[in-house]
Amino acid sequence: MTGLTKLTIAGARDALRKGEITSAELTDALNAAVDGADRLNAYAHKTPDVAAKQAQAADERLKSGDAPDLCGIPLGIKDLFCTEGTASQAASRILDGFKPQYESTVTTQLFRDGAVMLGKLNMDEFAMGSSNETSAYGAAVNPWRADDGVDLTPGGSSGGSAAAVAADLCLGATGTDTGGSIRQPAAFTGTTGIKPTYGRCSRFGIIAFASSLDQAGPMTRDVRDAAIMLRAMSGHDPKDSTSADIPVPDFEAMLTGDIRGKVIGIPREYHVDGMPGEIEALWTRGTEMLRDAGALIRDISLPHTKYALPAYYVIAPAEASSNLARYDGVRFGHRAKLAQGDGITEMYEKTRAEGFGPEVQRRIMVGTYVLSAGFYDAYYNQARKVRALIKRDFDQVFAEGVDAILTPATPSSAFGLGAMKDADPVQMYLNDVFTVTVNLAGLPGISVPTGLDHKGLPLGLQLIGRPWEEGDLLNTAYALEQAAGFVSKPAKWW
Amino acid sequence: MSIDTDTARRVAKLARIRVEEEALPALASEFNTILGFIEQLQEVDVTGVEPMTGVTPMHLKRREDVVTDGSQPEKVLANAPDAREGFFAVPKVVE
Repeated sequence: MTGLTKLTIAGARDALRKGEITSAELTDALNAAVDGADRLNAYAHKTPDVAAKQAQAADERLKSGDAPDLCGIPLGIKDLFCTEGTASQAASRILDGFKPQYESTVTTQLFRDGAVMLGKLNMDEFAMGSSNETSAYGAAVNPWRADDGVDLTPGGSSGGSAAAVAADLCLGATGTDTGGSIRQPAAFTGTTGIKPTYGRCSRFGIIAFASSLDQAGPMTRDVRDAAIMLRAMSGHDPKDSTSADIPVPDFEAMLTGDIRGKVIGIPREYHVDGMPGEIEALWTRGTEMLRDAGALIRDISLPHTKYALPAYYVIAPAEASSNLARYDGVRFGHRAKLAQGDGITEMYEKTRAEGFGPEVQRRIMVGTYVLSAGFYDAYYNQARKVRALIKRDFDQVFAEGVDAILTPATPSSAFGLGAMKDADPVQMYLNDVFTVTVNLAGLPGISVPTGLDHKGLPLGLQLIGRPWEEGDLLNTAYALEQAAGFVSKPAKWW
Repeated sequence: MSIDTDTARRVAKLARIRVEEEALPALASEFNTILGFIEQLQEVDVTGVEPMTGVTPMHLKRREDVVTDGSQPEKVLANAPDAREGFFAVPKVVE
């Protein structure tokens, strides 16, 4: 059977259950595709042996009739997830050689359902970046190109995940999202990515960046696949005290495409200065698609939106400076070579200077500064108060009957690798202007590919939902997906 | 608030990251760009607003205060850069 690598998860599931294909065939096809795509640098660690074993077990399970949705489905796993016995280094030199002795809860659940791991996916170092360029493995490359043939970013931090899904190097991938790290790369690659409500997926075994913001989620070819994969990833975990002990619905069963009478909010503060006309036009078209599908469109205000990015760039570095204190060269990962007479302080300082890249060092130090004596109230507490106001903005519009909010996913299409080299750090941070509010408020948000720009590159729209109502959000996204009819794929050049 | 090289040196020390002396001015300049960006938070009226501690209102679950894990020193030490006789080894700390 040809075209195995292009199957959706739902399509592969149905073909596997009918016995039309085997997981071993599917896995072989994808391993071959992965091997032929080194130019994209999407996979940091390939695990064909693990995949072969899992595929064999899945095929036996399929024969026995006990086959959950993901049984035999080959997936890529972001390098941020600890996978037992397989390198997991958050794309950082400081975790060089680290092989976890335990499995993250999310991957445990995926494997419980029979999923097959093809390898670990490239990302920005410790998920800090919007272009995959801070990775110790070098940048992943977007399979999409404009006519000029310049290498483009797949976005970040889940850039390898996005590139792999877009280039048919897996049927779906795990991502994580602290400020937009699932939704921005999904938008840059014409794929679908959902960040669920904070607490929906366990954070146990996901290398921590900013614990009050980090959430895992699926990155897939379409909304149905996102629904299937999210269900498997979700659920309460006693090992993560912030994971929610509430039932996980069958999200796929909620995809009716019927959004008649749903109220969709259009926030006026998301019309930011300098936004390209084609992003505005896409947003207008998306609004019309939802209206045509029977939704009620309402203009809304989220007055504290402009303060979301500055609040994020206090809170996230503050939490990172604390979380990343554990990389000290003692228990795991890299330790610097020491000179005669060096003591433990020199060991810490040299190890961390060698092990962390520039962006990670910058954020640790900014976090250290905003938490230091004399500045804690002025920066950190002020940011946490502003965060409360940002959440209150959302609470109010939801209380007034809004079911979901439609915004652009990103302020541009994918940009060239290296294009931001001389920009100051804040310029890169602006990539997350539409996504970061959602993390601060703990809400679910999904990026849906909706169109192409004048260069032929994909653009996405974001839908933001009420807490814990991912099913309803996915259904609205499904209606948008059907109306947009986005079916473009990148032409293979790699 | 402007950060000078002395502050940059102090922050690097607090963060336990070695920064060479000649790199400090550029670092201070980057801090100033970022802090200039976050400075706009000061214009928000936060009167009567509590700092957010958790985004989802929830009571943390409790469990019995009993040992649930342990007795696996090999696994704990498996990734150590330097492990000896069941311990993590580090440079001499006490004279």
